[in-house]
Amino acid sequence: MWARMALRAWAVLVLLFLFVPILLILFYAFNTSNVQSWPIPGLTTRWFTATWNDSSVRSSLGLSVQAGLAATALALVLGSCAAFAIHRTAFFGRDAVSLLFVLPLALPGIITGIALNAFFSFNGISLSLWTIIVGHATFCMVVVYNNVLARLRRTQGSLIEAAMDLGANGFQVFRDVTLPLISTAVVAGAMLAFALSFDEVIVTTFTAGAETTLPVWIFGQIRHGILLPEVNVVVSFVILVTIIPVVIAARLTGGGGTARVPAAR
Amino acid sequence: MAAEAVRRPRPKGGGAVPFRALLWRFPWLRPVLLLTPPMAWFVLVYFASLVLLLITAFWSIDPFTTQIVQVWNTNNFRIILTEPTYRAIIGRTVGLAALVTVTDAALAFPFAYYMAKVASRRTQTLLFAAILLPLWASYLARVYAWILILNHSGVLNWSLQSIGLPAANIGYTNTAMWVVFSYIWLPFMIIPTYAALERVPDSLLEAAADLGARRWRTLRDVVLPLAIPGVVAGSIFTFSLTLGDYITPILVGGADSTFIGNVVYSNIGIANNVPFAAALAIVPVVIMAAYLLIAKRLGAFEAL
Repeated sequence: MWARMALRAWAVLVLLFLFVPILLILFYAFNTSNVQSWPIPGLTTRWFTATWNDSSVRSSLGLSVQAGLAATALALVLGSCAAFAIHRTAFFGRDAVSLLFVLPLALPGIITGIALNAFFSFNGISLSLWTIIVGHATFCMVVVYNNVLARLRRTQGSLIEAAMDLGANGFQVFRDVTLPLISTAVVAGAMLAFALSFDEVIVTTFTAGAETTLPVWIFGQIRHGILLPEVNVVVSFVILVTIIPVVIAARLTGGGGTARVPAAR
Repeated sequence: MAAEAVRRPRPKGGGAVPFRALLWRFPWLRPVLLLTPPMAWFVLVYFASLVLLLITAFWSIDPFTTQIVQVWNTNNFRIILTEPTYRAIIGRTVGLAALVTVTDAALAFPFAYYMAKVASRRTQTLLFAAILLPLWASYLARVYAWILILNHSGVLNWSLQSIGLPAANIGYTNTAMWVVFSYIWLPFMIIPTYAALERVPDSLLEAAADLGARRWRTLRDVVLPLAIPGVVAGSIFTFSLTLGDYITPILVGGADSTFIGNVVYSNIGIANNVPFAAALAIVPVVIMAAYLLIAKRLGAFEAL
């Protein structure tokens, strides 16, 4: 009995540890003072207007959205292809290939970042929005791959066989059976990929050159301790953009591919 | 005319038929076609980059022009392994990564155990969802939150003072880094640990109890050995992510908090010595490779 109580208390403490800092940020966004101290003297929404009217925030937001959408689109195609190939067939070296696909999330971001940086400079490619997209697509692909593969593994092959027995051709099977079965996993993967890209800073700093995405903007402001009231607002916004897709994705997939760490197999 | 009547109408989408036949005749064609785009991307971009990184590490730069000199030499590695500064930086990075991993394992295990074995089904689902949020919530935001908490007039000191304790000025120190890293990567440890514990059948625990094992004995001899692969799987992430970080040291670390990543970062930007940065980036890769080998021994890959 005591052990249960202690475990429950521990769980509550860990949850507080995880959530208090996040909730705190949301509070600070309404801080009337531009000094970031606790307790905050009062609540205001004026920083939201100020942030919205800040052209540097807007342009970096625009860049982040562009990079996120393009990287997600690329990741969707590449990740789904990879998941189908790995799921459908057993071939020599399949385990090695599937390990290779999760490498960009398992290796520290700085490795991916500097490797791509060396690659671009070696090939004489100047850093731009496109190099950001290439970098992001490489790790976003992993999320789509994980989601689609998790769903395919739980899908019964007999459904597809039944459709084929009933005379559906390959395209019809894909359109009428496979796609509806995996569509929510694909959507979930896409949203998580976008969330991941929208918040990414490590690979981005190595592939962005002079371009400023929203996380790069935040990083710069925090580092130099300027415009912190606006940082509070932007950071709260980024928290929402990264959390909402997870909530939806977890609903769509029952949590399967949202683990981020390989846990649910 | 009779011949006309016999001729079957071609199936719709006639162009697809020969292709389908082709797929049927060569079953390996489908996976090859599916695998080609992602593999091409991986090999031509990611893998090529990693290989180039490895090669670049053996080049150097001309000190006057800062142009890369493509002559094979091991100077970069010699400097990294012999200069006390770099050895201290590597030691600090690896040491803190290990400390963070142990801290997270200690924090996560009882939590994961509660989730998997004590909580009701409903609570279990809720807790899983609750862990997903900080797992995905913006990394920068969560680091920034700790700047607000740990600074002089932040929440920590306010709380300490309101219960009559002296202020703890741990902002911008290695202690701050330890707290922040442990905080940020904790969900990465909880989920695999939970997954491993969830797979431990209750019947095993009952059997242990029937055989007379007390709670601690069951924990030590039944639960722990089965949970270790999950903890190790989580530790791959907590260790690797700390090892390669440079944002947190910049934002919450102090003068004495330089990580491997910081040196890599400054060599790309200011000093523009890409070969040296590449050589230094190889260090965490080698450490991770060794770590993964050990993890494989401990059965972490079966838990993945």
